[in-house]
Parts: sequence; structure tokens; C-alpha cells
Amino acid sequence: MQHRKYPFIVGFLIVPLVLYITFVIWPYIQTIGYSLTNWQGESQTFKFVGFQNYSDLFHDGVFRTALWHNILLLIFLPVVTILLALFFAFMVNVGGRSTAGGVQGVRGASIYKVVYFFPQVLSVAILIVLFGAIYRSDSAGLLNGVLTKLHLEDANNPIEWLNDPNLVLWCLLGVQVWAGVGFYLVLFSAAMQSIPKDIYEAALLDGADRSQTFFKVTLPLLWDTVQTSWVYISIFAMDFFALVSGLTQGTYGGGPDHHSEVMSTYLMRNFLYFGKSGYACAQGVMIMLLTMIVSVITLRASRRDRIEF
Amino acid sequence: MTSPITESQAGLINQTPDARGLRKGQKAADDERYDGAGGRVLNVFSHGFLILWAILIILPLLWIILGAFKNNAEIGSSAWSWPSHWSFGSFGRAWDKGIGKFFLNTVIVMIFSVPLTMLFGSMVAYVLARYTFPGNRFFYFLFVGGAMFPYFLALVPLFFMVKNLGMLNTYQGLILVYIAYSLPFTTFFMHSFFKTLPTAIHEAAVLDGASHTRTFFQVMIPMAKPGLLSVGIFNVLGQWNQYILPVTLMQPQSSTDPDRSMLAQGLVNLSLQQGYSGDYPALFAGMVVAMLPVLVVYLSFQRQVQAGLTAGTLK
Repeated sequence: MQHRKYPFIVGFLIVPLVLYITFVIWPYIQTIGYSLTNWQGESQTFKFVGFQNYSDLFHDGVFRTALWHNILLLIFLPVVTILLALFFAFMVNVGGRSTAGGVQGVRGASIYKVVYFFPQVLSVAILIVLFGAIYRSDSAGLLNGVLTKLHLEDANNPIEWLNDPNLVLWCLLGVQVWAGVGFYLVLFSAAMQSIPKDIYEAALLDGADRSQTFFKVTLPLLWDTVQTSWVYISIFAMDFFALVSGLTQGTYGGGPDHHSEVMSTYLMRNFLYFGKSGYACAQGVMIMLLTMIVSVITLRASRRDRIEF
Repeated sequence: MTSPITESQAGLINQTPDARGLRKGQKAADDERYDGAGGRVLNVFSHGFLILWAILIILPLLWIILGAFKNNAEIGSSAWSWPSHWSFGSFGRAWDKGIGKFFLNTVIVMIFSVPLTMLFGSMVAYVLARYTFPGNRFFYFLFVGGAMFPYFLALVPLFFMVKNLGMLNTYQGLILVYIAYSLPFTTFFMHSFFKTLPTAIHEAAVLDGASHTRTFFQVMIPMAKPGLLSVGIFNVLGQWNQYILPVTLMQPQSSTDPDRSMLAQGLVNLSLQQGYSGDYPALFAGMVVAMLPVLVVYLSFQRQVQAGLTAGTLK
């Protein structure tokens, strides 16, 4: 095996490695470097300003608003998505009639999974166009149309979903939940089905009912998956760029009056519109740090003894 | 289609006709003991919620497809309007407004980016999974770690990197960037796949005098086909749907530079221009055009798509 092993290894690694370092790793590192400069983008001259950008950030009201919105998303997006996904996964997998083999899935479980999962394969661009039409501010929008039909709102006085400062962020959250639940449903279902049958049989023999089985057996065994999902959704909650910039008012979104501003949209506006590249990089680093902190906290806080089965 | 659990249970339980008869009697008794009224209520309850969410997913999509057949006045008047006459005119207008060109651009890029992603990703994964050498773990984490961060953290320097290489708004630039950003997941997935393949065949090939490269292409790649299919579909969907990278890298650089927008990006641009041109049916038709290939791939490879997309988090 030692025979000409190293030339082969180098030969296989070199091209992908060069590509990867050039376009992924090096830009990540550069982001950190540029964040310490007053670089303005187009001009190639810039000077080292230390942590000036970072202290500016903390005094920047818009950035603080954006940060607060990301924190709100960080709290609510995982909670809502995971609870809904767990609920539906429970319904799909154990909501059916019982048989001798124990509790079983509902009829048509795989059809539900196919339908629920579908938004996950749609481009965010499609979500933008789709929800632009759903959240339309007059009665021709789907949501206003439905609410008017149900006599929950006055047709002459429709809700301006994406223009309402108090609603806009939650509307965007709704889009991501709509798109994401199916993915985590399938993920949790796969994890549930990998739990050996005899554990359920043992619980049944001991006289456990459905909800006891779920909370005492299924959920603890799913914990690893829930935890990983939480980290994944958190990373999503730190992003939100495409949805905000595509659906809300203003250059790269954020409107009305910064009520839907998130860090990534503010970063892009600083970079491509105001030309403050160095400042934008500092925001990038902040997002990177926060993502790492959130991941570590999530993994630590939810640490349990791993159950092998 | 029935639930996979039911099928596997049926397979386990109903092995002989004798056993089946026996189980049936027992089943009725078990139902009586365990299920009672509660099970039936729960069954109705769970179907109710499941159907409600399914409607929430399907209804907006059907509504958009219907919208492609309406005219502007019908779309603007009420959400409940019905197309007065069915024609595919809006699809033609959408195609002419650029959807056709964007479609072609996306296909051109992906003809190169997807196979090359698969090739490079498998090469890296194979070397890291099957060979021990100093720095193996380092390279593994270097490649896989890139998946940790959202793309836009690297966007500012990436933009200038591509600009300095003179590849802004070029197909080759976007192809290289797509490959680079698809490598982490591809490597990660194929790494765990190569680990699970038996070593015996590999060793036999080496003993027969095959070179490392030949072993890879003629022995390992054919064995890795199921894994390649899953991650390949994942990459097709991911790159087809990619939005933020083309938005940053594929803007025309001068007035003579042709518009090489990708489909997702072009669609959003069209929707942002709606205020001026106001052709909603064409916009909805464009969306249907963008969605159709994804729907076909998804429905035909449904199992692999779900497996591929969820594998990353489960491992």
C-alpha cells in the first residue's frame, strides 16, 4: 500500500484544495483582516484602524436593531419549527390506529412526508415571489383574501402585512417556518424509525400509553437529532438575507424604517451600497462569532448523556 | 403508499399463513385492550392537523399556478378570481422577458459545476476516508468546517477575489465558486460513504496490480453509486436554487456586458421590476417554469432527496 501513495494523495487533493482555499477559506480569513481597516471597497488603499469598526458597530443604532431582530429570530425560529416538526412527526408516525405490532403511523404517512418536504427544495427566490403575492397588501393577496372570506377582516381595510412595522418580522419568520417544518419532520421521522421496535414493545408491556411512550421513550432517544436541528436552524436564523432583501422595502430590504433589518442585510447595504467594505467585514466577523457562540451554547446547554441503542 | 413502519411490521409478522391467522385473533384482542376509543379519536385528530398543514403547503402553490392563467385585472381585483380564459400566453411572455435566457444560463453553468463538484468531492473524500497520512484529520476538518458558516460572511472578499481574477459575470467564475462552496457537504457525505464500503475488494484490486487512481475510478466509484446519486441530486437542487452567490457575482459589469443572470436571481429581478411593467401573470408563469424542473427531480428521486438532505444532520 505504501507504493507511490503520497504522489497519489497529493494528486487527488491538490486541485480541490486550491479551489477551496481560494474561494472559501481565504475569503473567510480576509474578512477578519479587512474588518480591522477603513477599506472603502473600490479604492485599493486602506489603513489599519484596529478595532475602530467594532466600537462603531456598538454605537450604531441600526446595527443594534438588526442584532435584536436576529436574537428574536434565534429564539423563535427554532422553537416554532422544532415543536411543529415534532408534533407532525409524532402524528405521522404514531397517530394511526393501534395494531398488534403496537402503535403505527397514519395512513398515507409517506404522502404527507412528500408534500411537507416539498418547500425545502424550492429556491428562496421562489419563496420571495410566492410570499410577495401571499402577503400582498390589498385584498388581492392570498392571506387577506382568505381572512376576508372568513370575515376576520374588513375587505376595505386590509392588513398591510409587510408594511406593518409590528408584523413584518413575524411574517418573514412565518415564511421560514412554512419552508422548514417538512425537512425537520422527515429528519425526526427517520430518527424515530431507527429506534428499535422492542423498546416500544417493552414500554407497551409495561402499560405505557401513547403520550407516555412519546415523552419518556421517543423524545429522549431523539434528543441528539433535536439538538443538531437546533444548531442548524440557529445558523439559518443568523442569515435571513434573501428573504428580507427580497420581500421588504428599501435597498437590500429592512423596511419599513428598519423594522425588518437583520445583520446580513445591513452588511450588504454597507458593502454594496455605501461602499464601506471594512465596516461590512466587521459585521461579517460579528455574525461569525455569534454563530459560533450560539452553536456552542446550544450544544452545551442541551447536553445529555448519549443513549446508545 | 403506506407507511414504511407498517410494511416492515407486516414483513416481520406475517411470515407464514399460520402465524398470520394467529396474529389476527390476537390483534383484535390487542386493539380492544390498548386502542379503545382514544386511538380512534387521536386518529381523526392527527389526520385533521396533518391535512390542514398539507393544505397550507399546497394551496399557495396551486394559487400561483392558477395566477399564471389569469390576466392582470383578475389578479389585481381579488384573490378569489378565476381565469376567464385559459391560455399559455403568460408563459410565452415570461420566456421572452428573460426567463428563457436565465434558464439556459443556469443549465450551462450546471453542466460543468455539478459533475466537477462530484468528481472533486469524491476524490477528496476518498483520499481522506481510505488513506492514513499526517494531516488527514486537519484536511477533513478544513473541508467540512466550511459548511458551518453562511455564505455571506465571505462575500466581500470573494467578490474582489473573483473580480481580480477577471471572472465577474462569467460562467467559468461562477462554476468555480459553485464547486468550491459545494465541496464541504459533498466531501462530508462521500467521506462517510467511502468509510462504509468493504475494504476487501479494494485490497484485491491493489494486489492485482491496479494503481491507486485506477482502483478509485474503476472499483470504488462504481461501488459508491448510491451515495453519488444522493449527493448529486442534492447538488443539482442546491445549485439550481442558489441565490446569494449569483446576486453578488453575476451583475453586468458594463452596459455592453450581457445579462448572465441565473434563473432564481432573474426571477427576483423580474418581481422587483413588477412595479414598472406590472405583468403579474408572466411573473407567476416564470415561477412555475423555475419550479417545474425541481418538482420533477424531487418527485422522481423523492427517497434520495430526503435521504441526501437529512443525512448531513443525522450523522
